[in-house]
Amino acid sequence: MTVTTTRPAEAPAEVAPPVSRGSRFTGAAANYIDERTSISGLVKELGRKIFPDHWSFMLGEVALYSFITILLSGTFLTFFFQPSMAEVHYSGSYVPLKGIDMSAAYASSLDISFDIRGGLLFRQIHHWAALLFIASIGLHMLRVYFTGAFRKPREINWVIGFLLLILAMAEGFTGYSLPDDLLSGNGLRIIDGMLKGIPVVGTWISYLLFGGEFPSTDIVARLFTLHILLLPAILVAALGLHLLLMVVNKHTQFAGPGRTNDNVVGVPVLPIFAAKAGGFFFVVFGVIVLIASFFTINPIWNYGPYDPSPVSAGTQPDWYIGFADGALRLVPPGWEFVLWDHTWSFNIILVLAVVGIFLAVVAAYPFIEGWVTGDKREHHIADRPRNAPVRTAIGAAGVTFYAVLWAAASSDLIATHFKVTIEGVIHVLQALLFIGPVIAYFIAKRVCVGLQKKDREIALHGFESGRIVRLPGGEYVEVHEQLDDYERWRLVSYNDYKPLMIRPNAEGRITMSQRMRASMSRWFFEDRITPISQNEIESGEHH
Amino acid sequence: MAQHDDGGTSTAAGSAVEKAVPFVPSAGTAVVTSDAIKNPGLPPHRERVTDLDPKKDRQAERRVYTLFYLSIVGSVFAVAAYIAFPITPGDTASVRLNTLMLGLGIALGMLGIGIGAIYWSKNLMRGDELTESRHLTRGSDATRARAAEIMHEGNVESGIGRRSLIRNSLIGALVATPLPAIVIFRDLAPAKDPVKLLKETMWAKGTRLTRDPTGTPIKASEVTLGSVFHVIPEGLNDKEDRLEEKAKAAVLLMRLKPEDLHVSKGRETWNYNGIVAYSKICTHVGCPVALYEQQTHHLLCPCHSSTFDVTNECEVIFGPAKRPLPQLPISVDSEGYLVAQSDFTEPVGPSFWERS
Repeated sequence: MTVTTTRPAEAPAEVAPPVSRGSRFTGAAANYIDERTSISGLVKELGRKIFPDHWSFMLGEVALYSFITILLSGTFLTFFFQPSMAEVHYSGSYVPLKGIDMSAAYASSLDISFDIRGGLLFRQIHHWAALLFIASIGLHMLRVYFTGAFRKPREINWVIGFLLLILAMAEGFTGYSLPDDLLSGNGLRIIDGMLKGIPVVGTWISYLLFGGEFPSTDIVARLFTLHILLLPAILVAALGLHLLLMVVNKHTQFAGPGRTNDNVVGVPVLPIFAAKAGGFFFVVFGVIVLIASFFTINPIWNYGPYDPSPVSAGTQPDWYIGFADGALRLVPPGWEFVLWDHTWSFNIILVLAVVGIFLAVVAAYPFIEGWVTGDKREHHIADRPRNAPVRTAIGAAGVTFYAVLWAAASSDLIATHFKVTIEGVIHVLQALLFIGPVIAYFIAKRVCVGLQKKDREIALHGFESGRIVRLPGGEYVEVHEQLDDYERWRLVSYNDYKPLMIRPNAEGRITMSQRMRASMSRWFFEDRITPISQNEIESGEHH
Repeated sequence: MAQHDDGGTSTAAGSAVEKAVPFVPSAGTAVVTSDAIKNPGLPPHRERVTDLDPKKDRQAERRVYTLFYLSIVGSVFAVAAYIAFPITPGDTASVRLNTLMLGLGIALGMLGIGIGAIYWSKNLMRGDELTESRHLTRGSDATRARAAEIMHEGNVESGIGRRSLIRNSLIGALVATPLPAIVIFRDLAPAKDPVKLLKETMWAKGTRLTRDPTGTPIKASEVTLGSVFHVIPEGLNDKEDRLEEKAKAAVLLMRLKPEDLHVSKGRETWNYNGIVAYSKICTHVGCPVALYEQQTHHLLCPCHSSTFDVTNECEVIFGPAKRPLPQLPISVDSEGYLVAQSDFTEPVGPSFWERS
């Protein structure tokens, strides 16, 4: 579009507005680039692309922008950090540690904190942004899950997003371990212990990873390579793919008047979405900087250099590792056996299995639900969580399961803060790990069905207006007011599924998988509340 | 009215390409009703105050550029703060001030742009919503047909489907090429067998027990009832691989009343007048078991709450650990210093596959 302004001869002379110097320059520049890159096609394709608006769509943006913040602040840190475990004599300006032997990694982390202007600020920006990154990925995933935005055609993007979560946690853990302080060293010690618990290959995996016996002198350099090269490269590639697929699939939108499965209603990229999203990047960055200026995170100088012997009570991992650490704590005593001349550490194998299966179910969920419904249509309208009660209930159960593991990571702090025994806390959490998800499941499902019934009631009979009218016969009634069409549409437009009826296949047989699918389908859709039909509305208007 | 289907039979992959009928994906068990309520369409657009009142419009414009100017002020302030609030070596207050002022400047620089741009887009840019139509994600039938044709041509022209020897040998070659990339990582760790290393520590007959971290030896007479010592073997601090050795050899030393100790057969001589030494490395995943409860004689691992009973040879009384902490047999030498009788009699620290 801008290109045409460079060729005023083509436009009728009397229509052409006076061209300012600024726009002449933009036009010339655009022409220059387009003649060499064909970029006008991209602008035409994407420039007016529509993005729907909802506060929950921001969560993914927060993740993206905190990642950019991490990249920028991390790059600054690499100029000062020394990923080496060579022993040095600390001579920096943090007095309490003067003269102590420590690794170059720890010493340079102290230098970043105490001798380089802005160093502490950027360390804290980097750490806070990392915490926010993983938190916002988690919330973004919950939003996608509870609104069913993972359904066709977005199943692959769900899996890529899941991969991004795993990569983000790996980035978090490798970065956390780099300063080689006492706390992170203990974290590595736990990783070492867990690796050694893996049957057959565990001892060797630990030996190869650490480059010898724990802690050895290689691990920081190796984690550094993973942290700043390998993992970010994979992460950026996966992130690019994630965004590309989002553009290809176009964003989901919530049900609303005028919004259908075949359109996108919202604001165009240029100029509104670009201004909003671009502005939001600066807001996210700014808020992280603000937090980092006011609140200390990971004060490594208080912990001292890594030493396998000391440890302090009540130490905690970064929040996103908590669920795995909590799982380690919840294993009952004695789950380790010697069988066939080998040590089977089920107190570790079990944890790896439970965490692994939990994550696998998360990754596979879109395919499970797709198999149950057999629905091969594309879905672009985000569900309200209440309108998919069983999905929402499963999600609530999963969140509860995670929350119990997470709480278990702080079992000792819970015990000291609430003045209860640590054994009591562990036993309660062990029980909650099984009972909690079941309770959450049923509560969530009942709440969803209840809300659906309420929606149905309001859509059919309107809402109570609070106006009491006395009829000629002396009877008092409360006037119900009908919703207008726009409000009603939000309540009644959702997908409805029936439980699957088992039918024999072409060979006249009922297969095992068909039976399983039918029972899953019954579980999902037995207690369904059907959406209101036009007929019901019309017959409802008469009484 | 309800259409029922038991699976995606109509959407077998690729089948739609050959068929001329328009593509209709299966709805599965979804209920598709003809009686659904009709979408009422987009509600009428509501104008904002900035659309209606030119004064409000100018006010909003003033706010936006004020925010952008504030951003400039913030960035300039950050640069000034970098110089004006330097770090004085040894003065943590100066570090805090530098962090705070620099951070406030940068944050203002960021937030000014961010809030300004969002305010601009919400109040001054076009306020109504636009609609764009979606299309099926799959390519059009013509595109898919052409794509299939191209793949077919590729197959025919290369003969990859027909010339099975070429294809299979290529697959074999491609599978084999990453093998060196795996093998070259063998030297991540030294050639030595890790299992042997994991089964031995620095402790040996006659090695003195010394204080952690100073390395001064401990006389039996210094270990009073109820006291606890963090112990390393003598000479550890001079070792090249100090931390690796310490990660296996760290020991806790405690003195209990001899009658409180339940000593099993064969370990009668392992303590010295109620002074006992146990490995400090947790048998769960290897954290230091550093918390000693004097009254109950329990050792607690702060990482995962495994609890060991010192009176009962450190057997596990709570938590995920299974094995007791290994005991170091000790005695005294001629000068009265505590020494080890031998190395630990079993591997210390977390369990591993080849342990037993």
